[in-house]
Amino acid sequence: MSTPKTSKPIDRRYIFLILLIGVALPLIFPLGFKSEVSDISRQVYQLIENTPENSIMLMSFDYDPATNTELQPMAKAIIEHAFRRNHKIIAVALWPQGVQMADQAFEYILEKYPDKKYGIDYVNMGFKTGGMVTIQAMGRNIKDVLPKDTKNTPFEEIELLRNVRNYKQIAYVISLSAGDPGLKQYVMAAHDMYKVKVSGGTTAVSTPGFIPYINDQNQLYGLLGGLKGAAEYESMIKVKGTATSGMDAQSVAHILIILFIVMGNIRAFKDKNQKA
Amino acid sequence: MSQFMTTFGIWLGAFFTISIFSFLYKDNPFYKLAEQIFVGLSAGYWFIYTIYSILIPNLFGKILSDFNSNIMLLIPALLGMMMLIRLIPKLEWISRYPIALVIGTSAGISMLRYTQSDVLSQVAATMINPLGMNTIGEKIGSFILIIGTVCVIMYFYFSRKQEGILGATSKFGIWFLMISFGASFGYTVMARISLLIGRLQFLLGDWLHIIKP
Repeated sequence: MSTPKTSKPIDRRYIFLILLIGVALPLIFPLGFKSEVSDISRQVYQLIENTPENSIMLMSFDYDPATNTELQPMAKAIIEHAFRRNHKIIAVALWPQGVQMADQAFEYILEKYPDKKYGIDYVNMGFKTGGMVTIQAMGRNIKDVLPKDTKNTPFEEIELLRNVRNYKQIAYVISLSAGDPGLKQYVMAAHDMYKVKVSGGTTAVSTPGFIPYINDQNQLYGLLGGLKGAAEYESMIKVKGTATSGMDAQSVAHILIILFIVMGNIRAFKDKNQKA
Repeated sequence: MSQFMTTFGIWLGAFFTISIFSFLYKDNPFYKLAEQIFVGLSAGYWFIYTIYSILIPNLFGKILSDFNSNIMLLIPALLGMMMLIRLIPKLEWISRYPIALVIGTSAGISMLRYTQSDVLSQVAATMINPLGMNTIGEKIGSFILIIGTVCVIMYFYFSRKQEGILGATSKFGIWFLMISFGASFGYTVMARISLLIGRLQFLLGDWLHIIKP
């Protein structure tokens, strides 16, 4: 008895090669695909846009270099938007390497905004372990949790923090999060306990899990999801950053993957018919 | 010197990136080298980071600078040492006490917060009046939200055989679940491609200067 013939499997290395070329070419020769701005990204923009000037925001860098591609463009775009609106930024990190990510983002944006001064317009309070407990404790007294900045300047000597005691003096919280601890803990502790407005951005993998928090309870004021969220924000503040340039490659890769799925299904369908 | 180190770092990064990608062709010594250096460096980095970013500023530094004001810190210090006793097999049981304390505290805090945020607030967010929405899109969206939530909950109701109305709604619930899994898969693909884009931006920009970094 002969076994039914099935298609010879394609060497997957061809697929990797096609995908590599498909991603590399649009980076070298941009195609200029337009990216529509979603409502959830627009909400983040509106939160910052509609907050009065000189307000203080808490920006939490809850990621490390592994998610640099997705979250660092968001950090740069949000800092730039906040500086344009003259908001003061208190940077913290629930992930140890978030401190360096914050420094790099500020360093990049300061080239455009050299008049912004450390300690007056922004401050980096560094890494704090503890996750949700730390966020809860900041609701009682931020100074107890973050007694010094990354340059070892005591809390009370930093001009920006002169009138900051707890979340009551914070207009909104932005968390850029690659996992736990991060945005979820800010929703749970900062918003649901202390009612401070919370927004942020996550890696694309985590995005579907956060969308239910954007509801009429306002647990989350909008969300930037992955590279696309970052590109949308860049387009809203009219800046062409790395996220915007990466979206052409992203679109081509998605088209290729859809084609591969369709081709795979056609082959599977043919094999099934041959077996029958 | 600083410029040399920057250039050296970029070349090193490019070498390790290509070494890791080479696994897609087939397993090879370059991939193994890159993988093992990554694991070793990570372990070493985190060990030092824990000492300098957690233990020294939160414990040793405070105790050594002002012992009387920070005497309470001896309690977590003791608990930490009890955890390390796990390395001595005969006294391993002592480490169960700090572990029990950590798990108990975490469970207590999380239970309260998860109940509020993931149960009560989410249930409240589903109790909406679709007819009170402004646009036709919002009205349809609200109906789908309510129907989807009810059907998916029905799918996870196992106390009765899923037949009749219960069977029909739970089957509908499966469709909602499949659509949400599809959306999650799409986002996952996007995340993985983003990682590839990030590495290519580094190789083509910072290393080869073909594109603007």
